[in-house]
Amino acid sequence: MYKYDNYDQQMVDTRVEEFRDQVRRRLSGELSEEQFRPLRLQNGLYLQLHAYMLRVAVPYGTLSSAQMRLLGDIADKYDRGYGHFTTRQNIQYNWIKLEETPDLLADLAAVEMHAIQTSGNCIRNISSDQYAGAAADEIIDPRPYAELLRQWSSFHPEFLTLPRKFKIAVIASETDRAAMRLHDIGIKMVRNDAGEIGAQFYVGGGMGRTPMIGPMIREFVPLDQLITYSEACLRVYNRYGRRDNKYKARIKILVHELGKEEYTRQVEEEFQHLLSQGIEPPIAELERIKTYFVDPAYDASASDELDLSDPDFRLWVERNTEAHKQAGYVIATVSLKPVGGIPGDASADQIRLMADLARDYSFDELRVTHAQNIVFPHVRKADLYKVWQALNAAELGTPNLDTIGDIIACPGLDYCSLANARSIPVAQKISERFAAKQEEIGEMKLKISGCINACGHHHAGHIGILGVDRKGKENYQLLLGGSEGADTSLGQITGPGFDEDGIVNAVEKATEVYLDKREDGERFLDTYRRIGMAPFKEALYG
Amino acid sequence: MSDVQFRFRADEPVSDPAVTVDAFADQTNATAVRVEPGDDARELLPHLDRLRLIEVNFPAFTDGRGYSSARLLREAGFDGEIRAVGEVTVDMLSHMRRCGFDAFAPEQPLNPADAEAAFDRWADVYQATVDGRQPIWAKRHPA
Repeated sequence: MYKYDNYDQQMVDTRVEEFRDQVRRRLSGELSEEQFRPLRLQNGLYLQLHAYMLRVAVPYGTLSSAQMRLLGDIADKYDRGYGHFTTRQNIQYNWIKLEETPDLLADLAAVEMHAIQTSGNCIRNISSDQYAGAAADEIIDPRPYAELLRQWSSFHPEFLTLPRKFKIAVIASETDRAAMRLHDIGIKMVRNDAGEIGAQFYVGGGMGRTPMIGPMIREFVPLDQLITYSEACLRVYNRYGRRDNKYKARIKILVHELGKEEYTRQVEEEFQHLLSQGIEPPIAELERIKTYFVDPAYDASASDELDLSDPDFRLWVERNTEAHKQAGYVIATVSLKPVGGIPGDASADQIRLMADLARDYSFDELRVTHAQNIVFPHVRKADLYKVWQALNAAELGTPNLDTIGDIIACPGLDYCSLANARSIPVAQKISERFAAKQEEIGEMKLKISGCINACGHHHAGHIGILGVDRKGKENYQLLLGGSEGADTSLGQITGPGFDEDGIVNAVEKATEVYLDKREDGERFLDTYRRIGMAPFKEALYG
Repeated sequence: MSDVQFRFRADEPVSDPAVTVDAFADQTNATAVRVEPGDDARELLPHLDRLRLIEVNFPAFTDGRGYSSARLLREAGFDGEIRAVGEVTVDMLSHMRRCGFDAFAPEQPLNPADAEAAFDRWADVYQATVDGRQPIWAKRHPA
């Protein structure tokens, strides 16, 4: 994975000093809260219901074990002993004190980490495929391109006061494991007819109040124009994105209102102009970054055999591991969704255990997934059993990847000042209700958001739940049929909402319809797409 | 109208009142114009040789359109004064400088020590812009 050179290190160190000075000026009263707010947001610091929340960046979801270990230590030193992994591959701490934040950021900088631009109206953490560099189906590792874009977007002087937040995802496979089409800019690395690698740009996707699937704006951007093209997309947005209404300020609204053709025309015009400005790094820079993303030193003699005689181990292997491109290895997902637990949360001890296991058994590397789990990307099959045993002993061995127990949920009203409803108790109840039926139901992506901002990605859930405030009471809407893959679709609302117990019963009714009606090999999503909403509506509302 | 508090030019400041972009087209003897966030700064491109001063207004520091306006004016070759006016804060200064601003007339005067620290904060930069600073990628790969 990428390692900082002196320049990168100096940039994060400078940022810490800048923020330390901004905190000083805030605490002395020189800066009002209104003036300070955008500054602290661009260092990931939110003022939430109970305390400050800090969102630490995990660039394209990749971490070393030393970094993971420090994240565990931070949970102990600055927080209440746990952290929360998010749907954008970052980690959040909920109980931070403002005056301790500069020191916290300095601790992060010492292991090449930061909280730069994880909030605010700027370009946020660039996300990617959690199986990058290990998956058999990628055409190339997408992360070097994400790293090039990370540096380009960090402290970009023209784009720090955009109309609204800006989220970019980069993938390099047909299977979209990063919800790429639901980003402000989604980039898919592709190969053209001449065999050259280039970037396919999708602009104007997003969730929130007005979910939209990003249209393709450019089929192929050559690698030596990647920054220039991105800059053109952003400049058009900075100049013409709406600033009159916070809920209409994302680029998806601009693309929708101009139309894809007109937005594309403006981008291409700006791009032609920018080509003359010398803003593109040389290809040598991309090549330099790529040297950090070569394959690890695989054991070429690693056995492809796996003893599955332990039935619990077997279940976990079947559920939570994925074929690796290298014989003798697997990609292993650590579920942060224990039955009845809070999705995405991990204690400091659990975080440090995962760090140690990654150091010893996964070439020192971990990934955070946008489904709020952790991945060990390169585990030798020969080591898998002891890894699982260690995970299991720490309540990290839940075999529920992509099943109904693998719930994605935002923090909700328990933590978040934007929320209308609690999401965590709903997640816990569903997790407990369906623990025994998980295998029978099979693949299920269930996602819960506690408000319309959709941080739980409910529009992209096979089953989605949206918590709203209805006349002062929590009310939960049920959506069916969303998907974030290459076949991206947005969930449809079933009808009137339910209270907290009602929504759990409603989910059960929906799964019963599926179990009753499914045909060979169909997932819930497939059955829904085949039979449509009517049978579900009938079961739910009679 | 606020005083220019910081200026990075050797020539004499222009004291002519800045006219609006709309009015500028008709006023052949105007040498100063003010660009509002909603203006298209490219409308000035045919007239840059007439201009000695372009003010770019930030009515709210959260409205970042002025950064693009300044930068694209420099990209078009304008080498007169580009002055930031309005809600100019200490923490915007280095970004504005990188986008081509060389004069600053904040509504509320800024603490000079804080401003100096802000201008000098970043020893290196990741992007190539109009300020002529060599970005990190160029330093990594000397031509």
